[in-house]
Amino acid sequence: MTDIMMPQMGESIAEGTIVRWIKKVGDAIDRDEPLFEISTDKVDAEIPSPVAGVLTEIKVKEGETVAVNSVVATIGAAGDTPAAGARPGPEAAGGLPEAAVGQPEIPTMAGGAAANVPAARVPDAAPTRSGGSTREELRRQKSSPLVRRIARDHNIDIGRITGSGLSGRVTKQDILGFIESGRSLAAPRAPRTGAAAGPVFQPGEHVHIVPMSVMRRKIAEHMVLSSHTSPHVYSVYEVNFSRVAGLRERKKAAYEAAGARLTFTAFIAKIAVEALREFPLVNASVDGANIVYKKDINLGIAVALENGLIVPVIRNADEKNLLGLSRAIDDLATRARAKKLNPDEVQGGTFTITNPGIFGALYGLPLINQPQVAIMGVGTIEKRAVVIDDAIAIRPMCHITLGYDHRLVDGADAGRFLTFFKERLENFEEAWV
Amino acid sequence: MRPLRVRRLGVVPYGDALQLQRQLVEERKANLIPDQLLLLEHPPVITLGVKARGVRSHVLETPARLLARGIDVVETGRGGDVTYHGPGQLVGYPIIDLSPDRRDVHQYVRDLEEVLIRAVAEFGVTAGRTPGLTGVWVGDTKLAAIGVRIARWVTSHGFALNVGTNLEPFGLIVPCGITGKGITSLETLTGRPVPMSDVEAATASAFAAIFGRFVCAPSS
Repeated sequence: MTDIMMPQMGESIAEGTIVRWIKKVGDAIDRDEPLFEISTDKVDAEIPSPVAGVLTEIKVKEGETVAVNSVVATIGAAGDTPAAGARPGPEAAGGLPEAAVGQPEIPTMAGGAAANVPAARVPDAAPTRSGGSTREELRRQKSSPLVRRIARDHNIDIGRITGSGLSGRVTKQDILGFIESGRSLAAPRAPRTGAAAGPVFQPGEHVHIVPMSVMRRKIAEHMVLSSHTSPHVYSVYEVNFSRVAGLRERKKAAYEAAGARLTFTAFIAKIAVEALREFPLVNASVDGANIVYKKDINLGIAVALENGLIVPVIRNADEKNLLGLSRAIDDLATRARAKKLNPDEVQGGTFTITNPGIFGALYGLPLINQPQVAIMGVGTIEKRAVVIDDAIAIRPMCHITLGYDHRLVDGADAGRFLTFFKERLENFEEAWV
Repeated sequence: MRPLRVRRLGVVPYGDALQLQRQLVEERKANLIPDQLLLLEHPPVITLGVKARGVRSHVLETPARLLARGIDVVETGRGGDVTYHGPGQLVGYPIIDLSPDRRDVHQYVRDLEEVLIRAVAEFGVTAGRTPGLTGVWVGDTKLAAIGVRIARWVTSHGFALNVGTNLEPFGLIVPCGITGKGITSLETLTGRPVPMSDVEAATASAFAAIFGRFVCAPSS
């Protein structure tokens, strides 16, 4: 058995991302034959196998980032071929399917940053073997450019942070955790590898400790990032759903005949898209000192899963009519729950709708799905007593929340957006149904 | 000092250049040829690096409309995101062995930046780096893009320096996945026509100086 390591491609390089496995488990490989491809910064490199044999286990999946010298695969002797080749060895058989199942890609920050998410995987982070330099120096020198940038942006001395990475290297999670703990000093988060940081709870106390799933960790990281990135502000409007409820009641059967479910969400999505087209600022992103207006309207719809959530994206939602939106929402939600989404179906969203109302919430205050600048929360739709023309009437009402990034969107913008939304939804164009 | 063969190839379709690079990389690995620096231009093409694989959101136009404008979209094996190549852009593909003394991919990228910074200085342009964003920059605008592939420390792909490039097609993409920064060219910066052959010469000599190679006789 030979362990294959993530190679060090340069002095300042502490980690690498596997972009492609050229060989599969069970494949025979020659010495110096290309085994996998890695990527760091602007460089893609092809890594040859140091030995001949059979690839018996892949420990790091495509898209994952690990520290230099982490084991990424093992190669067995050529003699192992029959057993290992047809059916991967016991360890591999135990490890691989689990890895495959536990990997429903979840919405990370679309684009470049996504690749960096699992940066702090570092499975075999050994206790430091410090050579001549101090631990603090190591932390400063060996951290990735991303970590150094975050440190610079937040004016943090990396030497002050306890690193969970190789040789005490500070990972992205470490620094985000550090920033987080600075804000809420009472509760230092410690999702680290123990030892250095010291866990908050010890096994044996009256607690039950379970490691987070990959999805849970990504959600956690993404939500912390979002709350640090965007100053969130909320406006809540109350919208009368009488007309939409009536239209839905009348057309439901026709939609069912066409194989689609006509839901309130489809109506909301349709009008949200109209509003986004009217107010492009809400369909934008912040990039440094620039505003990036997205020319496509790609609508994310949050779907609750058993142990998490996922946000599949309807691409070019503005090109779809109500029937098309109904179909797309139904299809994406169904496949999201069945964990059958393709990775590109959870990326590239420009605005998100989430629906805490289905659980009974009057309204929600959701966090923005970065790098978007706004998110719409739909409260429960229920009959309430409302005053119409100085008389008390009973109407199906719904609270619609817009959470928005105050760096870009002001209260007045959100007000105009929501007023437009409310007006259009309450007078939903019958021809659109 | 190791020899460097500089090849000026003129306008070469992207696919053909890719093929040539693959062949030269193999020959260089086998030590059949010395280090090479290919200098050329491409017909209009949008290329997607490894980072952009499967994510085309940084291409802002539909495939049909790109096709109508005669612009190809090609996936490549280089690092980086999406970029545009077209006439008037000096493309450089160094096929060199970084062993034994230059085995550091970051250093290699920084060295390529230095080559271009020195080359454009010959034309009175002061360019520099932007921390965290690979490439050669003048203020907030990008003058040259870099995307590299390395196999057994032999390099391929390389850099693209806008000399007299029509910059309008960059509007079709989010260059290198970096939003909110502009693109510029040598001619925009100097306000006068800059002959491509002069830029090739300046780039080749800066490359030889930075990498400690001597330029051997040009082959046919």
